[in-house]
Amino acid sequence: MTFAQKSFEGMSRRTLLTSGLAGGLLLAFHVPVRAFNEPVQPPDDTAGKFAPNAFIRIDHSGKTTLIMPQVEMGQGTYTSISMILAEELDTDFAQVVVEHAPASDKLYGNPVFGIQVTGNSNSVRAFWKPLRNAGASARAMLVQAAAQQWQVEPASCTTSNGQVLHTVSGRRLSYGELVDAANTRTPPRDVALKDPKDFVLIGKPLKRLDTPDKTNGKAVYGIDAMLPGMKFATLMACPVFGGKVARVDDSAARKLPGVQQIVVLDDLVAVVGDHMWAAKKALDALVIEWDEGSYAQLSSNDIWRDLRAASEKDGVVAKSRGDIAKALATGERFEASYELPFLAHASMEPVNATVHLKPDSCEIWTGSQVIARVQSEGAKAAGLPVEKVIANNHLLGGGFGRKLEADMVVKAVRIAKHVDGPVKVVWTREEDIQHDVYRPVYRDTIAATLSGGKIVGWKYKIAGSAILARWLPPAFQKGIDIDAVDSAIDVPYDIPNFHVEYVRAEPPAVPTGFWRGVGPNNNVFAVECFMDELARKAGKDPVDFRRSMLGNQPRFLAALNLAAEKSNWGEPLPARVGRGVCVQPSFASFIATVVEAEVDEQGEVHLRRITSAVDTGIVVNPDTVVAQLEGGLIFGLTAALYGEIIIDKGRVQQSNFNDYRMLRIDQTPKIDVHLIKSGEPPGGIGETGANAGPPALRNAIYAATGVALRRLPIDRALIAGKKT
Amino acid sequence: MAKLTINGEQKSFDAPPDMPLLWVLRDILGLTGTKFGCGIAQCGACTVHIDGKSVRSCMLAVGAIRDRAVTTIEGIGATPAGAKVQKAWLDLEVIQCGYCQSGQIMAAAALLAAVANPDDADIDAAMAGNICRCGTYVRIRAAIKQAASGRQS
Repeated sequence: MTFAQKSFEGMSRRTLLTSGLAGGLLLAFHVPVRAFNEPVQPPDDTAGKFAPNAFIRIDHSGKTTLIMPQVEMGQGTYTSISMILAEELDTDFAQVVVEHAPASDKLYGNPVFGIQVTGNSNSVRAFWKPLRNAGASARAMLVQAAAQQWQVEPASCTTSNGQVLHTVSGRRLSYGELVDAANTRTPPRDVALKDPKDFVLIGKPLKRLDTPDKTNGKAVYGIDAMLPGMKFATLMACPVFGGKVARVDDSAARKLPGVQQIVVLDDLVAVVGDHMWAAKKALDALVIEWDEGSYAQLSSNDIWRDLRAASEKDGVVAKSRGDIAKALATGERFEASYELPFLAHASMEPVNATVHLKPDSCEIWTGSQVIARVQSEGAKAAGLPVEKVIANNHLLGGGFGRKLEADMVVKAVRIAKHVDGPVKVVWTREEDIQHDVYRPVYRDTIAATLSGGKIVGWKYKIAGSAILARWLPPAFQKGIDIDAVDSAIDVPYDIPNFHVEYVRAEPPAVPTGFWRGVGPNNNVFAVECFMDELARKAGKDPVDFRRSMLGNQPRFLAALNLAAEKSNWGEPLPARVGRGVCVQPSFASFIATVVEAEVDEQGEVHLRRITSAVDTGIVVNPDTVVAQLEGGLIFGLTAALYGEIIIDKGRVQQSNFNDYRMLRIDQTPKIDVHLIKSGEPPGGIGETGANAGPPALRNAIYAATGVALRRLPIDRALIAGKKT
Repeated sequence: MAKLTINGEQKSFDAPPDMPLLWVLRDILGLTGTKFGCGIAQCGACTVHIDGKSVRSCMLAVGAIRDRAVTTIEGIGATPAGAKVQKAWLDLEVIQCGYCQSGQIMAAAALLAAVANPDDADIDAAMAGNICRCGTYVRIRAAIKQAASGRQS
C-alpha cells in the first residue's frame, strides 16, 4: 500500500473541482482532518509545558514554542504561521520560538491534501482557520485557568501580550504562570475568533523569525547536518534515463586518499569518503560502463513529436458551458498552440540526505516539503516499519517543488545500507540537474472566435503530464489532472461559450513533477499570450480588451487598472520597447502584472521595469507578500529567458549554471508590487510571480517587435532586428 | 597538518593541498555557513574572503592560501562592512530561503570595504557572480545602498 493511498483510505472520494472560486488546486476531498483544537498525543516532550494541541507549547517562563506544520523554504511561512497562531493566542510575539514539525500526517497534515505537505501556495489558505482556532482555543483555556484562580467569570477577563487580565480588579497572570492550571482545562469545542479589525499582528510587516540566523552562518539546512563519525558520499546515477550500471573499474579511485568505500547499486555508483572532496575526486576517477537500456536514443525531438500528436486528439472535458461547436463555427476563428519545455528546479541547495541506518532503525536528516513521505518512503527503502524511522526536517535551501519528492532520500537510504554509521549523501550540481523530477512539457491549444471585439467561443485543450496521477493518485479522477487545468477552467474573462479539455500525455522515461507555479504556469501562459493575439485581431489595446471582459470580476478589474496605472500603460515608449500585461486567476489571488522590456537588434531581451498589483485577500505579512512577488517574478522570468532541459541520446544535456542559466542581479530591473486592501479570506502567493513573469514578458516582446512567440524559452533568432 | 587563520583563529587540519577550501570549511572544520552551490565558481554561494577580497572557495585549493587571512560568514560580523551589511539585510528583509545569502553577504561586504559608496554599476560588477534562486536581487541592491549610506534607500 503506498503512502498516498493509505492516507486517503476511508475517506469520501468526493473530489470535485471547486467552482466560482479562483482556486489553485483546492481539492474538494472530504478530508476528515482532525479538529485543530483537539488535544493530541504529543510527539514531543511536553512535561512542564502547556500543550493544548499539536502547535502550541508554553513553558513556565512564558516562552512560547510554535510547531510549524509547514516548512520554511524562503516563503516566510514560519513567520506567517506564527503570526496567525500568536494573533488568536494573544501571546507576546517577541517571545515566540519556532520548531520544525516532526513527520506526522495525522498531526500536521495539510487540510487541503490530507497529508503533510507544503506546496501549492496554500500554507496560509489551508491553515488560516485551523490555526486561528488552535490559538483561540489555547487562549480560552488560559483565560479559564486564570478566571478559576480569581473566582471570576472568564468573560470578565481579557488577554494581551502573553497575559490574562481581570479588568475590573486589575489583576494579571502571565501565561507562564498559568501553565499547570491551563493544562487541566478541556479545549473548548467552539471558540470565538477575533474580528479582523481587532488584529494586532496580522497585517503588520513583522520581521521574519528565520532570517537573523541566515546572516551569520548559523542557520542549519539539510545539507549542514553534522553527526559524530559521519562519512560523506556523492553519487552518479546512469546518465541515461532508466539505464543501469554494467561494470565499474575502481582501481584508480580506490587508491585516492580519503576514500572509504565504493558502493555500486543497480542504477548508480556512490563513493563514500572522509569528506565530499575525496568522494568527488574518486567518483571522477571511476571508469563506469553503463547499460544504457531502452531509452538510449530518446531525444527532445521525439518527445515533442509525440506530444504534438497527442495534443491533436480529443481530450477529457474538464469544463464546458454554452454551445462551443456553434460558437466556434460562427465568425472568424483563430487558433494558436503554446509550448513549454522541461525545466529543472535548481534549488541553490543541491539535493541531499543524511542517513544513519542500523539493523532495526533508521534516522534521516534532510529538508523536505513532505517530511512524512520522507519517513514512509525511507522506511520502505530501508525495509523497516515506519515507526522505526525518524525523519528530521530542516530549513530548505529552496524548494520550488523539488522537495515534494522523496527520491533523494530513497537513494541515500539504499547507499546507507552499505555503510557503517551515518553518511551524508550530497548530489553534485550536475547530478542535481541531470536527475531532477522535471516540470513537464506542455502543449496548450486555444481556438476562439470574436464578435464585436469580444470573445464568443473559447476552446482550450491542454496536453501534458498528469503529475497528480503519480503524486497523489486519489486526486486523479476521470482522466483529469486538476493541476494541469487549474487556471484553464478559471479563466476570469466573460466568455459565453467556453470549453476546456485535457489530454494526458506522459513523456517516456522522464520523471515529471511540480515546479514553482505548478499547473497554472502552462494555463496562464497560454491564456494570456492568446489574449494578446486576440486583442490585436480585434484591433484593441491589450488592457482595454481584457477590461471589456472583466465586468463581472471587480477584483481582477481593480488589479488590472492599478497595474496599468502604476506602469504608465499607454504612454509612448522608444522603438523596440514594449509593455506586456498578464492577468492571472490562480491560488485565490487576483493579480495583474506589467513587464516593460526592450529587444535589441541581436534579439537579446532587456528587462526595464516590472509592476504588479495584487489582491490576495487578507494579508498576514505584507512585506512577505511583496517579497514573494518580487522573487517569483524573477523565477518565472529566468525560465522564460533561459529555462530548457533538452534531452539527447537519453541524457539531459544541461549540467550546471553555465548551461542552465539563471537571471542575475545585473539583469534585474526595478520591481514595484502594489497591494490592494481586502477583507476577503487570504489567497496564495508563493507560486504567483512565477506564473506572471513569462506571459507578461512575452507580451512585452510582442508589443516591441510584433512577433508572437509561442514557445519558451524565448528564441532570440525570431525577435532579432532586420539585418542591414 | 595544514594550518590556516580563519576568522582570526588558527586552525590545524589534515587535508590534501588540492582540496578546495569549501570542503575543508564544511566537512572538516564544521563551518557549514559557507555553502556548496555549483562547484565551478558559477553561483557564488561559497564566497569567502581571503585578505578581505571575495573568493569562490569551491575552486580555491587550500594549499594556495598559505598565511593569508580567511574570513567566512561566521566571522564577517566582526568587520565593520560585514556588520553593516548584515544589519541592512535584516532591516530590508532581503532574505528568503537564505542558502545563497552567506555568499551574497560576503560579496557585498567585500564591495563595501573596497568602495564606500557603490553605484549601480559597482553593485552589478561585484554581485553578478552570485545567483539567488529566490530572486532577492532588488532587495540586495537596496540593502547595499542602505549599508553604504546608513539611510533607507
